[in-house]
Parts: sequence; structure tokens; C-alpha cells
Amino acid sequence: MFSWPPSELERQALLLSLQVALAAVAVALPLAVALAWLLGRGKFWGKSALEAIVNLPLVLPPVVIGYALLVSFGRQGALGRWLSNTFDWQFVFTFRGAVLAAAVMALPLMVRAIRQSLEAVDGGLEAAALTLGASRARVFATVTVPLMAPGLLSGAVLGFAASLGEFGATITFVSNVPGETQTLPLAIYSALQQPGGDDAALRLVMLSVLLALAALALAQWCHRRMQQWLGQVQ
Amino acid sequence: MTSTIDVDVSIQRPALEVRAQFALPAQGITAVIGRSGSGKSSVLHALAGLLTPTRGHFKLGGQTLFDHSARINLPPNARALGVVFQEGRLFPHLNVRGNLLFGDALSARPAGPAFDDVVELLGVGALLTRRPHTLSGGERQRVAIGRALLSRPRALLMDEPLASLDPARRHELLGYLAAMPARYGLPIVYVTHQMDEVLRLADQVVVMNDGQSVAAGAALEVLGDLNVQPLIGRFEAGSVLAGVVVRQLDDWQLTEVQVAGQTLTVPQIAARVGAGVRLRIRARDVALQNEGAQSHTSANTSASNQLQAWVLQVLDRDGPYCIVELALTLMPSETAPRAGETLWALVTRRSVSTMGLSVGQTVVASFKAVAVEGRSVAAFT
Repeated sequence: MFSWPPSELERQALLLSLQVALAAVAVALPLAVALAWLLGRGKFWGKSALEAIVNLPLVLPPVVIGYALLVSFGRQGALGRWLSNTFDWQFVFTFRGAVLAAAVMALPLMVRAIRQSLEAVDGGLEAAALTLGASRARVFATVTVPLMAPGLLSGAVLGFAASLGEFGATITFVSNVPGETQTLPLAIYSALQQPGGDDAALRLVMLSVLLALAALALAQWCHRRMQQWLGQVQ
Repeated sequence: MTSTIDVDVSIQRPALEVRAQFALPAQGITAVIGRSGSGKSSVLHALAGLLTPTRGHFKLGGQTLFDHSARINLPPNARALGVVFQEGRLFPHLNVRGNLLFGDALSARPAGPAFDDVVELLGVGALLTRRPHTLSGGERQRVAIGRALLSRPRALLMDEPLASLDPARRHELLGYLAAMPARYGLPIVYVTHQMDEVLRLADQVVVMNDGQSVAAGAALEVLGDLNVQPLIGRFEAGSVLAGVVVRQLDDWQLTEVQVAGQTLTVPQIAARVGAGVRLRIRARDVALQNEGAQSHTSANTSASNQLQAWVLQVLDRDGPYCIVELALTLMPSETAPRAGETLWALVTRRSVSTMGLSVGQTVVASFKAVAVEGRSVAAFT
């Protein structure tokens, strides 16, 4: 029989998913803004190569990305060993690793959304700010970023949604450890592997749907407020 | 020491090679005029530092802001030039107060127009908490002008600031603009293609044609130059007279204006007696008669203005026309008439021949009062 409320373990998966997704967005957002700026406004050699690398997670199977992360950030990888020795940062089987996997997978979507909003910023307003005495850095902080705000929000929401749904790279890179790396999709997968786990899977699915709907509603509300604030809608 | 605006720049635009060269006193309002596409705006953007010229220099009051050969190119934020753009360009994420104060905190210059003073001058006190998208076009432009003033600039650059406004708002803003150079001691470079703005505002004029600056100097002298006139733009040829209001004929809704010692009657101008005025009279509205011919007393004609004049020069124009330049000073003299005291008349070549018009000859020039109306009149208080 289907039972409600969800068990301790299932609620743990929900909370962990939320934490992983929020942390992944927090890590990826500054990087995504920097990459959007480079790709949108920059003129430099190797720009198309950078663009291709950023977009790799979109076109490669997630398992490949998970494997690449394992090779570079695992204990045998040079980068992983260095981070472990220098900062005592472990990635494999840890929450930190789950965040990294989610952030890498979410990054190209975020860069795309933010870059679009950056390209929509009226260069005339930035020029006006320059003539008023603002340095380029100040123009970016006080004019460009506020005008990009709706795009930043869209980017963050996309990143959040992608992180919630991330499966392949996570399970390959950091495995399926309850309380550490077992997010909702992984918990659903585990439940389906067990005989009689259908009920648990259904509860987890319902939790996923609720979480996703709540996030979308919040994002839409924020987006509308921002556009009103910028005078883009009445 | 008078400071100067010293400009000599070449700017490469996609469809046009712009070359502007002029050196004028950095005072009052310098109008840059010409047809659209003549490169006026490019020059303004180059002065602001938003376009980089391919050669030349730009000096203001002894300071070099750009010098290609000396590799000096101050960025826009180091030039301390307040720019007012055609479309206002207010920051949508800030309210009016935030927009006005944007440049204030950034200026390296110690003193400038005071916030309260600018707010009062531009009448934006009631708007301070409003957002730009809730403002009318005129309000937006007033805030944009205030924002530029409050960045404590050493000069203002304005790119057709009234172009997007309706006539009533334009008229109102013209008053604010005219008051600014004296009030704040700020020179203004003002790009426009509206003749009424030039009449009302310009102390000096730079004429751009096909990307080249073709004339620069005191407003009345440039506007009174028959050779420059065809280059100014789509305006019909018209001379600009500078005069003084001497009498208001309230019963008739007319005003008498004295120019070069002669009295003109024009539709009533809202200005006190003694105020300076500029009148633009289209050459086609002016008729000529030989002196001594009958019926040139005002009782016998509806052309209420009958002026003694003598012929300075006769120039051929397209088609059957000639343009006759006349001095309004009473006596033919060796010295050239002053700027603002010459009148142009467009007449047929046949009339020139039958009247036997020649240089130095005295004639009577007449035009109806209605020829001087609306946008052809600018009064100074």
C-alpha cells in the first residue's frame, strides 16, 4: 500500500538534493557570469575553443563527464591529489563531489542564459555611465549587472533545475551514498532496484515534482518583479 | 585668458569619412549643424571619447583630451564632459534621484552645480522618487540634462536632445538650455538640425556637410554667409536678422523690432521692450522694388515691412532664380554691414535684369509680417 509521509531516508534525499542544487548554482554562477562576459564581449584567440569546452557537458553523455571528473578529481588524478594535499578537499563519494558534478553539468545552460541577457543590455546605457565618470569595472557592477538581473535569475533557475535532475555524471563520479551523494534521482534509481521499492519511488517522484514546481513558481514571481523593477512590463 | 575648444579630428565611420576642424572660444553654446548623416553626431561622440578618431587632436581649455601623434586618448570617464543623448539614456534600474546622483559621487572635480539648484532649475523636484519608465519624454530629457550637470563636467555635449519631444516640450526645454551656460559657466556643444534651436541657442555655429566641417564661427556670421547657406541642410535660404524689441502693439497683436536703425513689424513676440531677438526671413518671402517707384508707402500695400536697403551682391541659383544679398544699413558704405543686418531676396533672373539691379544700388525690400512667425523667431530675455 502507498503510504505517506515519506521516510527519514527519503526526506534526507530531498534535503540533500536541495543542498546540492543550491551549492552547485552558488559555485557555478560567478564562473558562468565570467564566461558569459568573455564569450559575449571578449575578443581573444581561442574563443571558439573555450566556447566548445564550456558546451561539452551539453553534447557528451553525462557518464563521460562523470568519468572525466573521476579521472581528474579522483585520488589518482593530479588535480585531485593536489587539492587533497593542499586544501584537504576530497571529491569522490562526498557531498563536495556531488556539487562539482552538478555544477559542471549546469554550467553550459547557465552561461547560455546569462550571455543572452548580457547581449541584450543596451550598450548606450553603459556608454552614458562611462561619460558620467564611472570606470569600466564600476559600469559593470552598477549598470550592466542590474540590467542583466532577469537573465542572471533565469540562468540560476536553469542551473538549479539541471542540478536537481543530474544523474549520470553524479553516479559515475561520486557513486550513490545516502546522506552524502544520494540526491532524489539517485534515490529513485536505488528504490527501483529493490524489490517492493515502488512505493518509495513514487513518494520520491512526488517530492521531486513538488520541489520543481515550487522552484519554478518562485522563479517566475522573482522574474516578474525584476522586470517591473526595470520597467520592462507595466 | 579665454579658453578654446580646439578640434581637428578624422573619424572613420562605416559609410563616411568624417573630418572636423574648428577652434572656437569655449563659451556659450556652439551649435554643430548639418543634414542628417553629415557626421555631426560622430564628432560629438568622438569629443566624448566614445569613438576614437583615426588622427588629429581635441583640446579643451588647454588640456589635451586626445592627441593621436602624442598617443593621448583619455577614456570617457576621465574627460569630465557631461553628455546628453537624444534618447535620454536614463538608467531604468534607478529612480530619478539615483539617476541624477549617478555621476555626482564619481566626479574628481571638487565643485559643480548644486543638487538643489539643478533640481529647481529643471523643475524635477516632484519626480525624484519616480522611475524613468513612468516619465514623459520631456521629463526624461530634463533628468538627463540634470544628470549630466551634476557629474560636475567642464563642458556639456548634447546630441539632438530635443529631437524626440513634441513642440510644447521643446519650447519649454529651449528656455532651460539657453539659461545654462551663463548660470553654470559651462560651454555647451550642441548638435542639432533644427533651425529654431540654432536661432534660439547658438552663439557659435559649426556647419558639417558630407562629413566635413565647412564653416565655423560666430552664429550670425556663419548663418549670414550666402556661400555656406546651401550646405546647412534642407532649409530654404533665409537670412537671420538680429534686432531689439522697441514697441509692443498689443491692440494689433504686433511687435516692432529695430534692425540696423530701421523698424520692422512682426506678429507679436512675447518679450519685453529692449529684449534682443533673432528673426529668420526666407529669401522667397522678400520682394524688391526700385527706389522711387510708386506705392511703396505702407498705406498702399499689405507688405507691412518696407526697408531701405542696398545691394551687396547678386548670386546665380538653380533654375530661373538669383539670390540678392542686401545691407539694411542706410547708406552704401565701404565697410561691410554687421552680421544680422543683411537680408536675402530670391528673385528671378529676369527681375534682376529688368530692374537693372547692380551692386551698390539702393532698393526697397518688402515682406509681409506673416513671413516672420513661429519657429522663425527667437527672443532673448
